[in-house]
Amino acid sequence: MSDAVDHLIEINDLYYSRGALQIFTGLNLRIRRRQVTAIMGPSGTGKTTLLRLITRQLIPDRGTILIDGIDIATLNQKELYSLRRRFGMLFQNGALLTDLSVFENVAFPLREHTNLPNRLIRHVVLTKLHAVGLRGAADMMPGQLSGGMARRVALARAMVMDPDILIYDEPFVGLDPISMGVIVRLVRKMNDALGVSSILVSHDVQEIAAVADCSYLLSDGKVAASGSPDELRNASSELVKQFMHGMADGPVAFHFDAPDYAEQLLGRDAD
Amino acid sequence: MLRELYFSFVDFLRTFGALQLFFLRLLANSPAILVRRFGLVVQQVYNAGALSLVIIMICGFFVGGVLGLQGYANLAKFNAEDSVGTFAAFSLLKELGPVITALLFSGRAGTALASEIGLMKATEQLSAMEMMAVDPLRRILVPRFLGGVISMPLLTAIFSVIGLFGAHLVAVDLLGVDPGAFWQQMRSSLEIGDVWEGIIKSMVFGVVASLLAVWEGYNAIPTAEGVGRATTRTVVITAIAVLILDFMITAIAI
Repeated sequence: MSDAVDHLIEINDLYYSRGALQIFTGLNLRIRRRQVTAIMGPSGTGKTTLLRLITRQLIPDRGTILIDGIDIATLNQKELYSLRRRFGMLFQNGALLTDLSVFENVAFPLREHTNLPNRLIRHVVLTKLHAVGLRGAADMMPGQLSGGMARRVALARAMVMDPDILIYDEPFVGLDPISMGVIVRLVRKMNDALGVSSILVSHDVQEIAAVADCSYLLSDGKVAASGSPDELRNASSELVKQFMHGMADGPVAFHFDAPDYAEQLLGRDAD
Repeated sequence: MLRELYFSFVDFLRTFGALQLFFLRLLANSPAILVRRFGLVVQQVYNAGALSLVIIMICGFFVGGVLGLQGYANLAKFNAEDSVGTFAAFSLLKELGPVITALLFSGRAGTALASEIGLMKATEQLSAMEMMAVDPLRRILVPRFLGGVISMPLLTAIFSVIGLFGAHLVAVDLLGVDPGAFWQQMRSSLEIGDVWEGIIKSMVFGVVASLLAVWEGYNAIPTAEGVGRATTRTVVITAIAVLILDFMITAIAI
């Protein structure tokens, strides 16, 4: 298999800034087919922004993003939407449609894009809800769900069109250990059984280690390190060590830029 | 100072241009939604129209009642109290009906639309839709816009009818104006053009109020504060636009 085909997503020399803030400065990243790729990094390094760039919810200032070798910047809206049908995305807070029930939320993509008979839609939706353990909640409204349940419903919705590429934005935040384990296994199973490629943004080093084939650690707008979870854990770089082991001291400052603490408490910073 | 004025003027023009483009996009997508997703539009007519009925009817009744009182009190000075029906009908059909309905509509339905759409944006529901390859403009904005456009003329008609009923109740039943004179004078002096003026106004106001509500919601800054501000702006800008347009349409009609 040639190199170009093997890479599902290729990001070359990506620049992106929001206002004066430079978020990406020459980012290069490859995502391989049928693997779980994790994107990690301290808060504020633009992990979610990267997902939005990959799905063209945002447009980069410079550089290209190729999906299956096609530059997504060149797509018109129709082509973009047919590309997006191959994606399933799980948003940080679920992003369920609040005026529809759980069942209708999961059925939403089917109703919008297919003419399947109701019986079949019901069958598919219940199957997906069962996979995330929420078949019993089908008639509830999103407002009645806890955060973790909403995330699981959103996961069922992301899977309902049987996408090629599943994108998870912080899937493990706010889940109890039981649902966390189930979701981790589900991510892996989707990947292995259905041949889906997964992109996963997360800080949860433990869970990433359990599920990812390959991880990228972002810092300062570039890829700071990449490799399998074991390789990252044993990396010698200070930054990688600090992140993987959760240490307060290291190249990444815990404190946001601020004037000297003692000076400020004494009120001398104003002078 | 002059520089700032210049820039805020350019800014205004830019926003106004964007609003027009947005309006054209809504219009371009409207026929397809009306034909293929009529159910969505019906639901929004219910939300914007049917749920505004109570407030429209109560306000219509009391506005009509006041017209009866004022009309009687002032026309009686010229022994013309029989004309109170004409007075109420002209006021309601041509001015008060469309204008007050539009203001109430923007307060009741416009704010609901703006905050709903703004919150959908803030909670990433619109992004999620785009990711599911569903255009939020077609699925969310167009049905809501059409719901408002269809509801406004109907609400205006109801407002005016209930208003006339209120005027009749006060002038005829309470103050003793002759019912025959009340209706006869109204019928002989009102022309079909006067009714049309009100209908056209209500249609224009319906488009403006719905457009501004949807626009403000869609462009809201996706935070609690941003959605709050969008809701306020909806009412304020709609009120200004409706009153200016009312003046312009009246000037053209006369």
